Amino acid sequence: MIPTSYYLLLGAIIFIIGALGVLTRRSALIIFMCVEMMLNSVNLTLIALSRQWGNLNGQIFVFMIMAVAAAEVAVGLAIVISHNRHTNTTNIDEINLLKW
Amino acid sequence: MTLSVLFFVLIGAISLAAAVGVVSSNHPVHSALFLLAHFGTLAILYITLEAQFLAAIQVIIYAGGIVILILFVIMLIGSEKIVNQAEHRTWTPYVGFALGIVLLGGLAISLLQGFTGVEPNAALLQGGSPQAVGLELFTRYILPFELAAVLLLVALLGALLLARRPKLKIEEQ
Repeated sequence: MIPTSYYLLLGAIIFIIGALGVLTRRSALIIFMCVEMMLNSVNLTLIALSRQWGNLNGQIFVFMIMAVAAAEVAVGLAIVISHNRHTNTTNIDEINLLKW
Repeated sequence: MTLSVLFFVLIGAISLAAAVGVVSSNHPVHSALFLLAHFGTLAILYITLEAQFLAAIQVIIYAGGIVILILFVIMLIGSEKIVNQAEHRTWTPYVGFALGIVLLGGLAISLLQGFTGVEPNAALLQGGSPQAVGLELFTRYILPFELAAVLLLVALLGALLLARRPKLKIEEQ
Protein backbone atom coordinates (compact mmCIF):
# COMPACT_ATOMS: atom_id res chain seq x y z
CA MET A 1 0.00 0.00 0.00
CA ILE A 2 1.33 3.43 -0.95
CA PRO A 3 2.03 5.64 2.10
CA THR A 4 -0.33 8.58 2.54
CA SER A 5 2.55 11.05 2.81
CA TYR A 6 3.40 10.48 -0.86
CA TYR A 7 -0.04 11.68 -1.84
CA LEU A 8 0.21 14.69 0.46
CA LEU A 9 3.57 15.59 -1.07
CA LEU A 10 2.21 15.31 -4.61
CA GLY A 11 -0.81 17.42 -3.66
CA ALA A 12 1.43 20.10 -2.13
CA ILE A 13 3.65 20.26 -5.21
CA ILE A 14 0.67 20.53 -7.58
CA PHE A 15 -0.80 23.26 -5.37
CA ILE A 16 2.44 25.24 -5.55
CA ILE A 17 2.64 24.85 -9.34
CA GLY A 18 -0.95 26.10 -9.60
CA ALA A 19 -0.26 29.05 -7.28
CA LEU A 20 2.83 29.96 -9.30
CA GLY A 21 0.73 29.91 -12.44
CA VAL A 22 -1.87 32.21 -10.89
CA LEU A 23 0.84 34.62 -9.78
CA THR A 24 2.90 34.74 -12.97
CA ARG A 25 0.55 34.22 -15.93
CA ARG A 26 -1.41 37.11 -17.41
CA SER A 27 -4.09 35.30 -19.40
CA ALA A 28 -7.40 35.06 -17.58
CA LEU A 29 -8.16 31.63 -19.06
CA ILE A 30 -4.84 30.11 -17.97
CA ILE A 31 -5.30 31.59 -14.50
CA PHE A 32 -8.67 29.83 -14.44
CA MET A 33 -7.07 26.50 -15.27
CA CYS A 34 -4.45 27.02 -12.56
CA VAL A 35 -7.19 27.68 -10.00
CA GLU A 36 -8.86 24.42 -11.05
CA MET A 37 -5.54 22.64 -10.58
CA MET A 38 -5.20 24.04 -7.06
CA LEU A 39 -8.73 22.87 -6.21
CA ASN A 40 -7.84 19.42 -7.52
CA SER A 41 -4.68 19.17 -5.44
CA VAL A 42 -6.75 19.88 -2.34
CA ASN A 43 -9.18 17.17 -3.47
CA LEU A 44 -6.30 14.70 -3.71
CA THR A 45 -5.19 15.59 -0.18
CA LEU A 46 -8.72 15.17 1.20
CA ILE A 47 -9.17 11.76 -0.43
CA ALA A 48 -5.76 10.55 0.77
CA LEU A 49 -6.56 11.57 4.35
CA SER A 50 -10.03 10.06 4.03
CA ARG A 51 -8.35 6.71 3.34
CA GLN A 52 -5.81 7.28 6.11
CA TRP A 53 -8.49 7.62 8.78
CA GLY A 54 -10.96 5.15 7.30
CA ASN A 55 -13.65 7.79 7.15
CA LEU A 56 -15.87 8.83 4.25
CA ASN A 57 -16.29 12.47 5.27
CA GLY A 58 -13.33 13.54 3.15
CA GLN A 59 -14.87 12.07 0.03
CA ILE A 60 -18.15 13.90 0.71
CA PHE A 61 -16.15 17.11 1.02
CA VAL A 62 -14.54 16.44 -2.35
CA PHE A 63 -17.98 15.91 -3.87
CA MET A 64 -19.09 19.32 -2.60
CA ILE A 65 -15.87 20.98 -3.80
CA MET A 66 -16.52 19.57 -7.28
CA ALA A 67 -20.05 21.03 -7.28
CA VAL A 68 -18.71 24.45 -6.25
CA ALA A 69 -15.90 24.23 -8.83
CA ALA A 70 -18.39 23.52 -11.61
CA ALA A 71 -20.50 26.54 -10.56
CA GLU A 72 -17.39 28.71 -10.29
CA VAL A 73 -16.20 27.79 -13.78
CA ALA A 74 -19.59 28.51 -15.34
CA VAL A 75 -19.88 31.97 -13.76
CA GLY A 76 -16.21 32.84 -14.26
CA LEU A 77 -16.18 31.96 -17.92
CA ALA A 78 -19.38 33.95 -18.39
CA ILE A 79 -17.62 36.96 -16.89
CA VAL A 80 -14.63 36.43 -19.21
CA ILE A 81 -16.92 36.21 -22.25
CA SER A 82 -18.93 39.30 -21.35
CA HIS A 83 -15.79 41.30 -20.65
CA ASN A 84 -14.18 40.06 -23.85
CA ARG A 85 -17.18 41.35 -25.76
CA HIS A 86 -16.45 44.90 -24.62
CA THR A 87 -12.68 45.05 -24.75
CA ASN A 88 -11.56 42.15 -26.97
CA THR A 89 -8.92 40.95 -24.57
CA THR A 90 -8.43 38.37 -21.83
CA ASN A 91 -5.24 39.93 -20.54
CA ILE A 92 -5.81 40.66 -16.86
CA ASP A 93 -3.51 43.68 -16.99
CA GLU A 94 -5.94 45.38 -19.30
CA ILE A 95 -8.98 44.45 -17.23
CA ASN A 96 -8.78 47.46 -14.95
CA LEU A 97 -12.04 49.35 -15.33
CA LEU A 98 -12.79 48.99 -11.63
CA LYS A 99 -9.38 50.36 -10.69
CA TRP A 100 -9.27 53.83 -9.19
CA MET B 1 10.37 -0.31 -4.29
CA THR B 2 7.24 -2.33 -4.70
CA LEU B 3 5.16 -2.39 -7.83
CA SER B 4 2.41 -0.18 -6.40
CA VAL B 5 4.88 2.53 -5.40
CA LEU B 6 6.45 2.34 -8.86
CA PHE B 7 3.00 2.79 -10.38
CA PHE B 8 2.34 5.78 -8.12
CA VAL B 9 5.65 7.40 -9.09
CA LEU B 10 4.91 6.92 -12.78
CA ILE B 11 1.40 8.39 -12.58
CA GLY B 12 2.57 11.17 -10.26
CA ALA B 13 5.35 12.11 -12.68
CA ILE B 14 2.88 12.33 -15.59
CA SER B 15 0.56 14.40 -13.41
CA LEU B 16 3.34 16.81 -12.44
CA ALA B 17 4.54 17.12 -16.03
CA ALA B 18 1.00 17.94 -17.17
CA ALA B 19 0.68 20.51 -14.37
CA VAL B 20 3.91 22.20 -15.45
CA GLY B 21 2.61 22.13 -19.03
CA VAL B 22 -0.58 23.94 -18.00
CA VAL B 23 1.41 26.72 -16.38
CA SER B 24 4.17 27.07 -18.96
CA SER B 25 2.51 26.70 -22.37
CA ASN B 26 1.87 29.94 -24.20
CA HIS B 27 -1.26 28.92 -25.99
CA PRO B 28 -4.50 28.52 -23.95
CA VAL B 29 -5.56 25.51 -26.06
CA HIS B 30 -2.38 23.64 -25.16
CA SER B 31 -2.95 24.51 -21.52
CA ALA B 32 -6.47 23.10 -21.69
CA LEU B 33 -5.25 19.83 -23.21
CA PHE B 34 -2.53 19.51 -20.57
CA LEU B 35 -5.23 20.14 -17.97
CA LEU B 36 -7.23 17.23 -19.44
CA ALA B 37 -4.21 14.92 -19.04
CA HIS B 38 -3.72 16.17 -15.49
CA PHE B 39 -7.32 15.41 -14.53
CA GLY B 40 -7.03 11.96 -16.09
CA THR B 41 -3.99 11.05 -14.01
CA LEU B 42 -5.71 12.37 -10.89
CA ALA B 43 -8.66 10.06 -11.59
CA ILE B 44 -6.25 7.10 -11.69
CA LEU B 45 -4.76 8.21 -8.37
CA TYR B 46 -8.28 8.37 -6.86
CA ILE B 47 -8.80 4.72 -7.85
CA THR B 48 -5.60 3.74 -6.03
CA LEU B 49 -7.03 5.57 -2.99
CA GLU B 50 -10.21 3.43 -3.06
CA ALA B 51 -12.39 6.32 -4.20
CA GLN B 52 -13.89 4.72 -7.29
CA PHE B 53 -17.02 6.87 -7.28
CA LEU B 54 -15.02 10.09 -7.15
CA ALA B 55 -12.71 8.85 -9.90
CA ALA B 56 -15.72 8.42 -12.18
CA ILE B 57 -17.09 11.83 -11.13
CA GLN B 58 -13.67 13.38 -11.77
CA VAL B 59 -13.67 12.13 -15.34
CA ILE B 60 -17.31 13.11 -15.96
CA ILE B 61 -17.33 16.58 -14.35
CA TYR B 62 -13.77 17.83 -14.82
CA ALA B 63 -12.63 16.11 -17.99
CA GLY B 64 -16.05 15.91 -19.61
CA GLY B 65 -17.56 19.17 -18.40
CA ILE B 66 -15.13 21.79 -17.22
CA VAL B 67 -12.35 21.27 -19.76
CA ILE B 68 -14.86 21.12 -22.61
CA LEU B 69 -16.42 24.36 -21.34
CA ILE B 70 -13.00 26.03 -21.23
CA LEU B 71 -12.23 24.80 -24.76
CA PHE B 72 -15.58 26.16 -25.98
CA VAL B 73 -14.81 29.55 -24.49
CA ILE B 74 -11.33 29.57 -26.03
CA MET B 75 -12.87 28.88 -29.42
CA LEU B 76 -15.60 31.49 -28.88
CA ILE B 77 -13.39 34.40 -27.95
CA GLY B 78 -10.37 33.35 -29.97
CA SER B 79 -7.12 32.56 -28.26
CA GLU B 80 -4.49 35.21 -28.22
CA LYS B 81 -0.94 34.71 -27.13
CA ILE B 82 -0.35 36.75 -24.01
CA VAL B 83 3.19 37.25 -22.81
CA ASN B 84 3.84 36.76 -19.14
CA GLN B 85 4.94 40.29 -18.53
CA ALA B 86 2.98 43.49 -18.52
CA GLU B 87 4.81 46.29 -20.28
CA HIS B 88 4.31 48.81 -17.55
CA ARG B 89 5.05 46.44 -14.68
CA THR B 90 7.98 44.20 -15.53
CA TRP B 91 8.50 43.14 -11.93
CA THR B 92 5.33 41.05 -11.63
CA PRO B 93 6.85 37.65 -12.62
CA TYR B 94 9.65 38.08 -10.08
CA VAL B 95 7.18 38.87 -7.33
CA GLY B 96 5.17 35.83 -8.42
CA PHE B 97 8.19 33.55 -8.22
CA ALA B 98 9.22 35.01 -4.86
CA LEU B 99 5.73 34.42 -3.43
CA GLY B 100 5.80 30.87 -4.85
CA ILE B 101 9.09 30.16 -3.10
CA VAL B 102 7.69 31.55 0.15
CA LEU B 103 4.68 29.24 -0.23
CA LEU B 104 6.99 26.29 -0.97
CA GLY B 105 9.03 27.04 2.15
CA GLY B 106 5.94 27.34 4.32
CA LEU B 107 4.49 24.09 3.06
CA ALA B 108 7.83 22.27 3.41
CA ILE B 109 8.23 23.46 7.00
CA SER B 110 4.68 22.51 7.97
CA LEU B 111 4.94 19.10 6.27
CA LEU B 112 8.39 18.23 7.63
CA GLN B 113 7.52 19.23 11.21
CA GLY B 114 4.77 16.66 11.42
CA PHE B 115 6.73 13.94 9.66
CA THR B 116 8.28 11.53 12.09
CA GLY B 117 9.66 9.02 9.61
CA VAL B 118 7.21 6.27 10.44
CA GLU B 119 3.60 6.76 9.65
CA PRO B 120 0.67 4.73 10.93
CA ASN B 121 -0.79 2.24 8.52
CA ALA B 122 -3.70 3.55 6.53
CA ALA B 123 -7.06 2.19 7.54
CA LEU B 124 -8.57 -0.29 5.13
CA LEU B 125 -11.36 1.81 3.73
CA GLN B 126 -13.82 -0.26 1.77
CA GLY B 127 -16.06 2.68 1.13
CA GLY B 128 -15.32 4.52 -2.07
CA SER B 129 -18.08 2.72 -3.93
CA PRO B 130 -21.09 4.69 -5.18
CA GLN B 131 -23.29 2.84 -2.70
CA ALA B 132 -21.29 3.87 0.36
CA VAL B 133 -20.84 7.48 -0.75
CA GLY B 134 -24.49 7.77 -1.74
CA LEU B 135 -25.68 6.35 1.55
CA GLU B 136 -23.64 8.92 3.46
CA LEU B 137 -24.66 11.72 1.11
CA PHE B 138 -28.39 11.07 1.38
CA THR B 139 -28.54 10.53 5.12
CA ARG B 140 -26.04 12.56 7.06
CA TYR B 141 -25.19 15.17 4.44
CA ILE B 142 -28.62 15.67 2.90
CA LEU B 143 -28.72 19.42 3.69
CA PRO B 144 -25.39 20.29 1.98
CA PHE B 145 -26.50 18.14 -0.93
CA GLU B 146 -29.69 20.14 -1.36
CA LEU B 147 -27.75 23.40 -0.96
CA ALA B 148 -25.40 22.26 -3.74
CA ALA B 149 -28.43 21.83 -5.97
CA VAL B 150 -29.55 25.40 -5.22
CA LEU B 151 -26.01 26.67 -5.80
CA LEU B 152 -25.84 25.01 -9.21
CA LEU B 153 -29.19 26.52 -10.19
CA VAL B 154 -28.08 30.00 -9.13
CA ALA B 155 -24.78 29.59 -10.98
CA LEU B 156 -26.66 28.48 -14.09
CA LEU B 157 -28.89 31.56 -14.02
CA GLY B 158 -25.96 33.83 -13.25
CA ALA B 159 -23.88 32.48 -16.12
CA LEU B 160 -26.83 32.84 -18.49
CA LEU B 161 -27.42 36.43 -17.38
CA LEU B 162 -23.75 37.42 -17.62
CA ALA B 163 -22.91 35.80 -20.94
CA ARG B 164 -26.07 36.93 -22.73
CA ARG B 165 -25.67 39.65 -25.33
CA PRO B 166 -27.26 43.00 -24.39
CA LYS B 167 -30.86 43.22 -25.54
CA LEU B 168 -30.21 46.31 -27.66
CA LYS B 169 -27.64 44.58 -29.85
CA ILE B 170 -29.91 41.62 -30.50
CA GLU B 171 -32.67 43.94 -31.68
CA GLU B 172 -30.30 45.80 -33.99
CA GLN B 173 -29.44 42.66 -35.93
